[in-house]
Amino acid sequence: MAADADGQVDVVGHILDHHSLEVPFINAQHVFDGHIELPQFEVFGIDMSITRHVVMMWVASALLIVTMISAFRRPGPVPTGLRNFLETIIVFLRDEVIIPIMGESGRTYMPFLLTTFFFILYCNMLGLIPYTATATGNISVTAALALISFAVTQGAGIANNGFFGHWKNLVPSGLPAPLLIIMIPIEIIGMLAKPFALCIRLFANMIAGHIAILVFLGLIIMLKSYFVAPASVVLAAALYLLEIFIGFVQAFIFTVLTALFVSMAAHPDH
Amino acid sequence: MELAYLGASIGAGLGVIGAGLGIGSLASSAMEGIARQPEAVGDIRTNMIIAAALIEGVALLAEIICVLVVVTK
Repeated sequence: MAADADGQVDVVGHILDHHSLEVPFINAQHVFDGHIELPQFEVFGIDMSITRHVVMMWVASALLIVTMISAFRRPGPVPTGLRNFLETIIVFLRDEVIIPIMGESGRTYMPFLLTTFFFILYCNMLGLIPYTATATGNISVTAALALISFAVTQGAGIANNGFFGHWKNLVPSGLPAPLLIIMIPIEIIGMLAKPFALCIRLFANMIAGHIAILVFLGLIIMLKSYFVAPASVVLAAALYLLEIFIGFVQAFIFTVLTALFVSMAAHPDH
Repeated sequence: MELAYLGASIGAGLGVIGAGLGIGSLASSAMEGIARQPEAVGDIRTNMIIAAALIEGVALLAEIICVLVVVTK
């Protein structure tokens, strides 16, 4: 927790993206100053700098690859250890969520949905470790995830109903012509609102929890009193546990809603 | 302007009222459904979480707008 001269806590600075990594246990002020600078560069005038959240996404992807490969390396009838844990989550998602929502055709989308789930879950959980950052607390990251979900939704609709059939399914068939003038813009807005809501929901949930934890801890510095500390720490610890729950729930929600939207686009009649 | 802080705070509170009423009535109906039909607990739970997420999404939009009022003031 950094506090400036006024005793104000820089809450927003801990949430935003930075061009440096925070490093623990390095007190050599002149060497690292507690930070490792990351490269900044532009490609064709677009800022493509490697930032803290980009590094966190790389770490999440690397961890995802390592844990999944090490868990599912040995096929066998009896899962043990990590594979047992991961299989519980995967089978729950498959049998309780994806197949009931999407039907048997949901098996085609299982790899995409499970990758989305575990990537968001890993990003959420990595953000809870001290000195790291929450990649899903960056609106660009969640917007990219929502765009992927949007592309898969439209792709599934086109693959199942044909290009023109998919756009015809935007409005229910058999509507009188005057109603179409109102319905078509509304349905187009509804189509675009779904990924927008996915993006904002994940972003806001991850940001809100971190801000709440930082504000509770910041109370100690803002009020300049030791007596606030016990209450602050207990409340922050409780919020931290809530954040673990929210990390799971938001990954779950993103996956479920993506499955729902894909299924609605692929089978518009029900 | 300090009034911007006041407006953002009141807006945040109003957003929470709406979401609280929505999720409250959703949860009460879900509990009632589970009590009447305990074997449907799995379906009810999944659908309740989806509906709760949709309500929460609208509330979070309101909260984000309130944060933007303060940040971009």
